[in-house]
Amino acid sequence: MAVSESAIPVRDEVVPEQPSREPATLVASNVSAWFGDRKVLESVGLEMPARTVTALIGPSGCGKSTFIRILNRMHELVPGASLAGSVTLNGIDIYGDELPPTETRLRIGMVFQKPNPFPAMTIAENVLAGLKLSGIKVRDRDALVEECLTKAGLWNEVKDRLKASGGSLSGGQQQRLVIARALAVRPQVLLMDEPCSALDPTSTRRIEETISELQEEVTIVIVTHNMQQAARVSQQCAFFLAAENEPGRIVEAGPTEQIFEAPRDSRTADYVHGRFG
Amino acid sequence: MTVVDVRDHDAPTVATGAPAVVERIRPRALRPLDVGLFAGSVVAGGALAWLVFFRLTPMGGGLGFVLGWWVASLFVYRTVVHRHLGRQAATDRVMAVVVGSAAVGLFVPLVLILFFVLQKGITALNWGFFTETLEFTGPLSPADEGGALHAIVGTLQQVGIAVVCSVPLGIMTAVYLNEVRGRLRRPLRAVVEAMSGVPSIVAGLFVYAMIVANSGSIPVIGTVVSWLPFSGRFSGVAAGLALSVLMLPTVTRTAEEMLRLVPGGLREASLALGAPEWRTALRVVLPTARIGLVTAVILGVARAIGETAPLLLTAFGSASLETNPLEEQSSLPLFVYQQIRSPEQAQIDRAWTGALVLILMVLILFSLARFFGARSKVARR
Ligand SMILES: Nc1ncnc2c1ncn2[C@@H]1O[C@H](COP(=O)(O)OP(=O)(O)O)[C@@H](O)[C@H]1O
Ligand SMILES: [Mg+2]
Repeated sequence: MAVSESAIPVRDEVVPEQPSREPATLVASNVSAWFGDRKVLESVGLEMPARTVTALIGPSGCGKSTFIRILNRMHELVPGASLAGSVTLNGIDIYGDELPPTETRLRIGMVFQKPNPFPAMTIAENVLAGLKLSGIKVRDRDALVEECLTKAGLWNEVKDRLKASGGSLSGGQQQRLVIARALAVRPQVLLMDEPCSALDPTSTRRIEETISELQEEVTIVIVTHNMQQAARVSQQCAFFLAAENEPGRIVEAGPTEQIFEAPRDSRTADYVHGRFG
Repeated sequence: MTVVDVRDHDAPTVATGAPAVVERIRPRALRPLDVGLFAGSVVAGGALAWLVFFRLTPMGGGLGFVLGWWVASLFVYRTVVHRHLGRQAATDRVMAVVVGSAAVGLFVPLVLILFFVLQKGITALNWGFFTETLEFTGPLSPADEGGALHAIVGTLQQVGIAVVCSVPLGIMTAVYLNEVRGRLRRPLRAVVEAMSGVPSIVAGLFVYAMIVANSGSIPVIGTVVSWLPFSGRFSGVAAGLALSVLMLPTVTRTAEEMLRLVPGGLREASLALGAPEWRTALRVVLPTARIGLVTAVILGVARAIGETAPLLLTAFGSASLETNPLEEQSSLPLFVYQQIRSPEQAQIDRAWTGALVLILMVLILFSLARFFGARSKVARR
């Protein structure tokens, strides 16, 4: 409906039976970021391969959220924010002319720290909200709702009250609803910024299970403050750090086991063993 | 149930088997002691005030006595609660009473107005008031003759026109101010603020000069306006436009405040799903603020519905039913204004009935707006 002339084929409908789009590799190179004149990220480079869960760890204020928001063009929505460097999705520059920002965000979904279902919509409408909001038609709504809620591990809890308000769920349920909503537009990448930090342990476990199940169909990048969580769900890990009054950088990135068991940098070792941050 | 059965089997028939009647504790419930303390304080305060106002000093009754009673009661209440429950409880209770009396105090003038209008207006209120006009009613006709149908129709049409003009414009402006955040934001907000200070007679004069008295003499604008079917004469549409000038700033400002209450996280969530900004505003922000927007419309209507001055210059008034808003029309405020100026008691009675109907109409409109605004397909918690 919206951008049929675009160089990138835009799905004009999503059919639940249709296999989801291939997960894609996201590559950030030389990314720097500013809020006004203040530089908060300095030449960050990271490859987030398809079918991999990448965890971003580091003390607060070191630019993890800024970095993850650059990956789906949310950073630019903050007044005065700017950036340098490039981010590619399967080789396509997401800051180039080829992909409009809305299409980028459609392909690279995001889950925020605070669950944010739309209060004026029902549970089912929340799941379908992404499609409605980007003007995509669906053939079988009910099947899509069931599929996405099942993937997010919420179907059994809400199948009898799909018409209730999204706000009537508990925090953990809301966060899973938000994940279902993000999955309904069939993103290639799913970014999660501390998705569990406002949740109870049970909900956290459910979401971790969901992440593991989704790994084959969508590339996942997750920011977490919980070291055990990073170790449990991710295969790759990047440690961010900002020295005082300096922008954040990646100190070390690599396979999760290496970061946790044999880090090359002493600061990484200190952080993952809870000695600071 | 099953639990009890199992227990009955195992346990001997002692107290444990029967479900015990537990006494529920409601720590916040009002106890007789609380009521007694309060009532006693009010009586004691009254006596004290009476002593001061009527015995010890020659101040006499009236408002001063009521105020004195209030202060004395508070004082007694504080002292007594302090004795029984301690300092913290005393402060707590006294604050509760102060805030509570403010709420009651707000209620008093409202109830008085309603009561007064009801009392005066009910005399000439009959079915004919809603079905007849003043077309065949002379100044000396009795109050139960004639009615305000023409005025009711006029008010509904004129306010309707004002709503149709100002609500979409006001909400769109609010979206511009709070969602689009364009360059013109500051000047626009200043204009809206200035507009809310426009006296209603000036709004009426403006429409009078631009439309009602338009002779095409103002270059360009005058010519363009003269093409309109309601140019160059008094009409209900002109009245609606004058009212919409008054409503617009109220609707815009309130709507903007309501949009500001929508959490930023919802906008981010929508944008992160790949929604364009206009769909985010239309499908996420506006529906979330829906009840607030209804309030904005209510406040706008409240601002406009009782206006009289601008209508004198635009609708002009009429004694007969005119359903075509392109013609001269009456309206309830005009009706009241024109009737109350008469020396005849019958007409004065009719004016009060007009005022009563106006109040009832506002009440009905507001209840309807609340009802439809609060209802939605999404079940509340
Ligand atoms: N909207 C903003 N405006 C100005 N500075 C910001 C804004 N958001 C974040 N910052 C600053 O950018 C730095 C990085 O923040 P953030 O990316 O949120 O860190 P993290 O997610 O790792 O805790 C912090 O120093 C923070 O103060
Ligand atoms: Mg953060």
